[in-house]
Amino acid sequence: MKQKRKVRVMVAKPGLDGHDRGARIIARAYRDAGFEVVYTGLHQTPEEIVEAAIQEDVDMIGMSSLAGAHKYLFPAVVQLLRERGADDIVVCGGGIIPEDDIVKLKAAGVREVFTPGTPLDQIVRWVEENVTPA
Amino acid sequence: MATIAEKVIAGDVRAVARLIRDIDDGMPHVREVLKELYPHTGKAYVIGITGAPGVGKSTLVDQIVAHLRKRDKTVGVLAVDPTSPFSGGAILGDRVRMQRHSMDPGVFIRSMATRGHFGGLTQSTRSAIDVLDAMGKDYILVETVGVGQDEVDVVRSAHTTVIVVIPGMGDDIQAIKAGILEVGDIFLINKADREGSDKTMSDLRLMIEMDQKKYEAGGWKPPILKVEAVFDKGVDEFLEAVDQHAAYLAGTTKGLHPRGSKDKVRQELGEMIKARLIEEVLSRLTESGEFDKAVESIVEGKVDPYTACEDLVLPILSR
Repeated sequence: MKQKRKVRVMVAKPGLDGHDRGARIIARAYRDAGFEVVYTGLHQTPEEIVEAAIQEDVDMIGMSSLAGAHKYLFPAVVQLLRERGADDIVVCGGGIIPEDDIVKLKAAGVREVFTPGTPLDQIVRWVEENVTPA
Repeated sequence: MATIAEKVIAGDVRAVARLIRDIDDGMPHVREVLKELYPHTGKAYVIGITGAPGVGKSTLVDQIVAHLRKRDKTVGVLAVDPTSPFSGGAILGDRVRMQRHSMDPGVFIRSMATRGHFGGLTQSTRSAIDVLDAMGKDYILVETVGVGQDEVDVVRSAHTTVIVVIPGMGDDIQAIKAGILEVGDIFLINKADREGSDKTMSDLRLMIEMDQKKYEAGGWKPPILKVEAVFDKGVDEFLEAVDQHAAYLAGTTKGLHPRGSKDKVRQELGEMIKARLIEEVLSRLTESGEFDKAVESIVEGKVDPYTACEDLVLPILSR
């Protein structure tokens, strides 16, 4: 019988930012969409996020940042994935992120950035359309 | 090019991670890989850890990993969380408590969802244990909520089954008495600084003492230990109890090999046959369209489900 692959995603909170409500809501929305969601908790370094993503064999890493350090943290994760030969893992982010930064983040390899007010179903649909499991 | 099995045996983390994914997703090619890995299994010591949600299993696992690392042992962790029966999704959050080990190359942590596919949780977790074993991990910790037959079977397949409770769960102990509590090799009372830990201790002791005859005949008598995982108290004593249980097992006829006991092998093989048969039969019936046709007939009231089932299955069995 042909088994359908299950989408596995990681929701991570990089850096010193302690605001995880958004990340939890996204995790819940992903679960309700039928994804398996690995949640790492707060205060993760890019190295920890990448290592965990590899061990968990996720298809996507979604990072939430509300404290302004996204310009360093998001591209750092993309770069580390490349170094580990794991750049098939899609990276996206969300949070309070200025327009100018979104352009720079995308140029650095972050596939999509979601800002406050984005409907949950849009965030879920983006995964369904842009992430191929395994 | 190294084969998948060769990469796993060499400890390639990406290969291991993908193989466990393939096992979970029921990819047919994993059978050949598992066959190739099998001769390299049987070396790891497997500890199953179970208990109700919120008793501190993940925190405990995190501390056990830390202590095993101090002993220079490598560790694999399989943390199982429930799949939502409604969406099929899952939030796997056990890692939150263990992330400090994520950069340690001697530790591999994997979150798994219960799913409920063919073969079930038991089969895929057992295969994942084999993979971590073949990868060369000295200890494998399997953490589950311990509700339902599958999860009980998972922890039963461990060398040492650990039941975690917390003070004030007297009624809950009653509630699960006939299930998982019967298979504990070690009982841990976590959060033992809380009120009621002595009461919980005496409740458990009473339950264990009821099997006095078994112990007099040389059976293992499960110790009950108080721990405070958050404060790292009692974890060394716990690992000493694991050592004692391992020494006990080594002295029994079953020995320490995971497939050294006929009971366990009988159960595992039975499950494998069941899973394989269901998979093969259902896929044939689905591909031939017979399955959907029967569904329609039942819905239209042309046939009852009992007859339909017989009509589908009997011809295959007589082939």
